[in-house]
Amino acid sequence: MTLLETLISQSPALIIAVPLFSAFLIPLVSRINAKLRNIFAVVMLGFTGCLIGLLASDVIVHGPLIYIFGAKNLSVPLVRILFEVDSMSIFMAIITVMLAGIAVIYSWSFMSEQDGLDKYYTLLLLVVTSALGMELTGDIFNFFVFLEISCIASCALIAFWISEGEALEAAFKYIVVSAVGALFVLFAIGILYAQYNALNIATLAHMLQFSFLDKIVLVLLLVVLGMKAGLAPMHMWLPDSYGRAPPSVTLIIMSATLASLYGVLRVVFTVYGNVLTTSMRFDLPLHVLVGWILIVLAIVSILIGVIMAFIQTDLLRLIGYAAIAEVGYIFLAMGTAIAALGTPYGAIALQGGVLHLLNDALDIGLLFLVAGAIYYVTKKRSLDEIGGLARTMKYTTVFFIIGLLAVAGMPPLNGFASKFLIYESVYRLNPILSIVALLCSILMLAIFIKVLYAAFLGPELPALKDAREAPKSMLLAMGILAGMAVLIGLFPNLFLDTIIKPAADALLNHAQYISTVVGGI
Amino acid sequence: MFSLESGSGFWNPILWALIVFIAFIFLYGIRGFGKSAYKKGTEQTKVFLSGNQEGSPMDMQVKASNLYWGFTSSMKTLYTGLRKLHNGNTSDYILWFVLVLAVLFIIIGVM
Repeated sequence: MTLLETLISQSPALIIAVPLFSAFLIPLVSRINAKLRNIFAVVMLGFTGCLIGLLASDVIVHGPLIYIFGAKNLSVPLVRILFEVDSMSIFMAIITVMLAGIAVIYSWSFMSEQDGLDKYYTLLLLVVTSALGMELTGDIFNFFVFLEISCIASCALIAFWISEGEALEAAFKYIVVSAVGALFVLFAIGILYAQYNALNIATLAHMLQFSFLDKIVLVLLLVVLGMKAGLAPMHMWLPDSYGRAPPSVTLIIMSATLASLYGVLRVVFTVYGNVLTTSMRFDLPLHVLVGWILIVLAIVSILIGVIMAFIQTDLLRLIGYAAIAEVGYIFLAMGTAIAALGTPYGAIALQGGVLHLLNDALDIGLLFLVAGAIYYVTKKRSLDEIGGLARTMKYTTVFFIIGLLAVAGMPPLNGFASKFLIYESVYRLNPILSIVALLCSILMLAIFIKVLYAAFLGPELPALKDAREAPKSMLLAMGILAGMAVLIGLFPNLFLDTIIKPAADALLNHAQYISTVVGGI
Repeated sequence: MFSLESGSGFWNPILWALIVFIAFIFLYGIRGFGKSAYKKGTEQTKVFLSGNQEGSPMDMQVKASNLYWGFTSSMKTLYTGLRKLHNGNTSDYILWFVLVLAVLFIIIGVM
């Protein structure tokens, strides 16, 4: 075995271990030098990114890879924790590490005047570790453990600006919602374990009988993970948390939110993959029922997201509501893919949804960073108190325009590519849904045109005469996201063929995920 | 290679960008036929408000909360209801969670 092969075979564990150990080393490195701490965080995340890249190249070509903790081979009974990495989980890991890297670069300047940065970076790396763990694990209890770590570390990060009372209130709301949700996840896992004496996802998927208890588990996991992903009407924690956390933190919490969304997909497509075609009452297949439930919740999310964003004057809260609408678009695509399982347009919807997952992270992430840059320069959150910033913040204005066009699904940016796939495939299921989604996209454009006018255009305000451009590291972070939005927009096939289609296929091909473990015992 | 296929249509961003570029060149050409009477820094470039004095920048700017006033005003009933739902009360957040849980239990459990 060559060094590279060894590295690939050990990478699932290393991808978790590197950010985890770095998190606890940060306070020590911080004592030596603050600059060294910043470099250390980026280098460690870069190394994790390289490992993810190596693993991705192997998984996309050779199929799912398993890593067993504490044993060389699978054995009966399967009591060990194992990680199972397929194209979908590695796709999510790529998004997580990318967002984390950008957040750290942005934090160099954005957080430079803050105290307690050793704790900040420790918590940040812990959220990254937990999100990566949720995405790579093949064990449902292990998924719960990482979900809990993510909740606690995210809560502490949301409350980082503790001097602002509202940050503390947002963190309190987040931990209440997360703790209640996590308890229900634990309850669902308990039901599964009691029935099947297994916690491994592939084993559970193989053994699932779709009993009445399994129906309860399905509802529990769908609702809790949907709530954690920001699905309406359980979305209310999201604008509070996104609006009060430092914008660099929001980027990291977004990766944890997307990991919950991944959890929904893993539950529906993999754990319940074998029983999705089960006929229920009135000969209605389960996948149609679950698909339409997700579609209804998605449409509610899109409508509430855009309607509420319309009246916001706090820029961060406004973007928070836009994020809810974007999550709605992802669920609309996923719901369509599930309802129309086995059809060609169902597969296209899934590809559109997976691509939109990446685009959501890039576009909403970019808008949050721009909002952070405005806050950094003006120390103001309200759109009513700012204006004319395009005169001094030229690069930030350009990045905002890219972000607004991308999030509104305007060609030729990335948002259009994924929304094009979503509209076309959803139209085949039900044209009205597609029309509602399209109209909400137009409203989204109107919302961000309002922000463009209010924040960047108009006369120069005397109070903001001394405003200057954001520091270089913040511009670099925004530039990377904006560049990727343009690149994906101009060459969508490049990404679709290399990472999106394999990820979507991995979800559809749940038999391969199951047989990698079950066939190996 | 550059064309994104949806099964019922296609999207080619490179072709789109090329067409937009050609359109811009065409528009630039039309612009060339116009008069170059614009003189920077003269009365010509000042804001004309029906002969009234231009106010201070703070007074002249339309605030974000006033933008789309007509839209939000015509949908006042909807917004009043939605504002009531988004009251910031954590108990209500959990209530919505329990409500959705109950509805889905009934739908999936009964079916």
